[in-house]
Amino acid sequence: MTLIWLILIPFMGGLLCWQAERFGDLPPRWIALATMLIELAITLGLWFHGDYHLANAGMASDSVRWSMEWRVAWIPRFGIDVHLALDGLSLVLIALTGFLGVLAVLCSWHEIVRRVGFFHLNLLWILGGVVGVFLAIDLFLFFFFWEMMLVPMYFLIALWGHSGSEGRTRIRAATKFFIYTQASGLVMLVSILGLVFAHHANTGEYSFAYATLMQTPLSESTAMWLMLGFFVAFAVKLPVVPVHGWLPDAHAQAPTAGSVDLAGILLKTAAYGMLRFALPLFPEASQAFAPVAMTLGVIGIFYGALLACGQQDIKRLIAYTSIAHMGFVLIGIYAGTPLALQGVVLMMVAHAFSAAGLFILSGQLYERLHTRDMREMGGLWGRLGSLPGFSLCFVAASLGMPGTANFLGEFLILFGSFPVAPWVVVIASVGLVLAAIYSLLLMQRVYFGPPQGEGMLADLDHREYVMLLTLLGLVLLFGLYPQPLLDATAAAMGEVQRLFGAVPQSTTLLTGMP
Amino acid sequence: MTLTATHLLALAPPILVCITAIVVMLAIAWRRHHTSIAIVTVVGLNLALLSLIGVWRMAPLAAPMLAIDGLAIFAAVLILVAALACATLTHAYLAQYSGPREEFYLLLLCATAGGLVLSASTHLATLFFGLELLSIPLYGMLAYVYGERRSLEAGVKYLVLSATATTFLLFGMAVLYAETGHLDVAGLAARLGDELGAWGLAGAALMMMGLAFKLSVVPFHMWTPDVYQGGPGPAATFLATASKVAVFVVLLRLVITAPAFQDGWLHNVLAVLAILTMLVGNLLALTQSNLKRLLGYSSIAHFGYLLTALVIGDGLSVEASAVYLVTYLLATLGAFGVVTLLSSPYVSGTQGGEDTAALHHYRGLFWRRPYLTAVLTITLLSLAGIPFTAGFIGKFYIIALGVESQRWGLVGAVIVGSAIGLFYYLRVMVTLFLAEAGMQRRDAPENWAIQAGGVVVLGAAVLVVVLGIYPAPMIDWMHHIEVLVGG
Repeated sequence: MTLIWLILIPFMGGLLCWQAERFGDLPPRWIALATMLIELAITLGLWFHGDYHLANAGMASDSVRWSMEWRVAWIPRFGIDVHLALDGLSLVLIALTGFLGVLAVLCSWHEIVRRVGFFHLNLLWILGGVVGVFLAIDLFLFFFFWEMMLVPMYFLIALWGHSGSEGRTRIRAATKFFIYTQASGLVMLVSILGLVFAHHANTGEYSFAYATLMQTPLSESTAMWLMLGFFVAFAVKLPVVPVHGWLPDAHAQAPTAGSVDLAGILLKTAAYGMLRFALPLFPEASQAFAPVAMTLGVIGIFYGALLACGQQDIKRLIAYTSIAHMGFVLIGIYAGTPLALQGVVLMMVAHAFSAAGLFILSGQLYERLHTRDMREMGGLWGRLGSLPGFSLCFVAASLGMPGTANFLGEFLILFGSFPVAPWVVVIASVGLVLAAIYSLLLMQRVYFGPPQGEGMLADLDHREYVMLLTLLGLVLLFGLYPQPLLDATAAAMGEVQRLFGAVPQSTTLLTGMP
Repeated sequence: MTLTATHLLALAPPILVCITAIVVMLAIAWRRHHTSIAIVTVVGLNLALLSLIGVWRMAPLAAPMLAIDGLAIFAAVLILVAALACATLTHAYLAQYSGPREEFYLLLLCATAGGLVLSASTHLATLFFGLELLSIPLYGMLAYVYGERRSLEAGVKYLVLSATATTFLLFGMAVLYAETGHLDVAGLAARLGDELGAWGLAGAALMMMGLAFKLSVVPFHMWTPDVYQGGPGPAATFLATASKVAVFVVLLRLVITAPAFQDGWLHNVLAVLAILTMLVGNLLALTQSNLKRLLGYSSIAHFGYLLTALVIGDGLSVEASAVYLVTYLLATLGAFGVVTLLSSPYVSGTQGGEDTAALHHYRGLFWRRPYLTAVLTITLLSLAGIPFTAGFIGKFYIIALGVESQRWGLVGAVIVGSAIGLFYYLRVMVTLFLAEAGMQRRDAPENWAIQAGGVVVLGAAVLVVVLGIYPAPMIDWMHHIEVLVGG
């Protein structure tokens, strides 16, 4: 029952926010904040009280083990259930969603001044949809949430976004985002249906259940086509380079809260989808496809980094760094060793923190300077109080400085992928140098050099200070002591690795157990 | 076969509608009173709807020239619901019209009876009779606000083109009769067998053409946008819902019972037409700046999706078309209903004025009429096929059907069509929420929600959401229909 509440709470909170607008601007904000805090509290409660190692014992058996499960029939005609389940991976990502949800509400406290109630309705419905994606293990339900979360995101960008330079209006960006993801989503629907009908042809009954469909025997070519259908949908969302076109525009034009959600959580749904569905459902096809996927990952790393170097708009720069970081994630996923998969989880969490931090900072810069163009910045180090200091920390995290969680994520991915694909790792490592270049370029152009104006700008207030300090604390915490995170997801990742059937490796290094 | 009392009972719905039409006619002759005429109409339609429960128990049953089976009952429910919604909307729409108002209900009732007959017909005579009874009152309905140039234009345009299409249909029937000597569909099918000769092919193709015109299948779609735009709101609503449902159902029945319509060559043509229809409909909708025109083009595209069910014609096909028709009907009723409600205060003889359908009229509507906008948003999302709305279930069925029969070309076209479709639905949706200075103030009346028309659109929106989240009852019902059709 807890699981369905995790999904329902944001939806109900959103409706409350909408209606609370009639009492002024503050009630919707507080309701939204309370909703996300409750969500976060429930998730953390589950984390501390649940046992996510147990699933390890099931590694030998065939069935998938879940820590919690909830199931009720939905459309019996096609064997569709409302089937939710929680394991370490989904738990970590839901906790992340709750936390970034709180941040998203906080960082729009002063930024959003018009139609506050409706804004929070959209914000909370996005988060509700994302939680649904992380919990659903019925493929129909998964698709349902996958598509559903696009609508509020569309409104968020289209109605509260910033219009960029000429020809890059926020509505265009929002529409582009929606069409990219929706069309690729339909391709995934075709794949899902193909899988279901293949199962139907074998057994004579319809089922959309994850565990059932996993047993479906498929011919090699069918499996390849179906896997590609899933891959396209996830690749657009991750994004992988040839289909990344929506991301820079959507990020640049979205309000801060939208960018935080996009970079922090929505991109992770794609990685989650690959880990949860694409790999386990089609292990052989994925294995055969891995070299292509890894090559795409390497291209993404270089493409994202090089384009980031050339951006004038600070949010576009950060958006392109996301493409580069997701390149690492893609390599890690398709390497499929336990080390690399653990690295992927850590990288996802770390990237969520660092990208959220950078987007919040650029939102705060925008509030003070009313521009995101780096040509109009410069020399801000002395004029902004403690904001530049925080920027330096998050930039360092983004470039993968040891001591931050990003470093551990990248290191684990590269280390774990080396036995499988040494050359990919060698080339990808060069990308780290580019990361340093664009990060330092960002620092240099915004905070150093000749000042463009006189006088001090407003320092951070308490709200902003607490937000950034918490984020920074978490980046350092997981950078220095990532074990709780690794413990929580070890079992889930072991499961993926077992199904994917890559080179088996000892997991003792990760779990700390002999 | 003779007509028995059972048959009469089973034919209660069209009979009740006809009786209502006569009562309305007499009442108008006796005394003109807008509201009471509307009430009589609504009561009559409701009685017909209630009588369907009794008919459901008797089905399946074959009356002379008509089939009372699951499909006919299903179509009757949809047509009656659409007619009810139209009647309710008409009351709001014509409330301030200075010309004669009461005859509209008479036309509406006649057209409804035509739709009921058409969707149950198993004989070419009833098919023709039903089709004409459906179309001829529509000419009058479309040109009803004849002081308005566009309304008149719509009526005349539909009259001329529809008459042309009917001649094709008649000629097709004649050719088929000459070839087989049968006018009943079952006899025709038996006589034609699986192989169509040249004459049979010509006849079937000509009939298809006539029906495709009514469904505005590309390349017979030219009339749709003009007629939708020009016709008064309730008439356009009826045309987009009840009329299309009836024609589609009869086409579905033809395709199911006469395998000749599934013959290789005709089949391929139909597949190409389906793909063309969804792509052309969606592409032409992209640049429209009038909501009614846009909905017209989008309805072309939707019938393209529906045609895929006809092309595939086995497996889930009846169930899929039924589900899709329900979702399309609800969403279209909602969307057109909102347009009609917004236009209602502006239709009057003295002032004149077109319907409120230009996109800039809708700019920032959300900040003035939040619930009405929510209705329009939900119905547009449903037409676009986004989860949480019934439209998604419909699209799911169409894609499932394509995947099951492995028609990848059709599946690809549905996906491309949906992606294009999104673009214009989103454009309309975001317009609703944009607030800017210098907004055009064309508003629904302050108390729209408590009026009957408001209840109708709210009901449609609620149903769209409920069926989107919990579609199991609808799916079970449709599954049941499919079972009944065979008998």
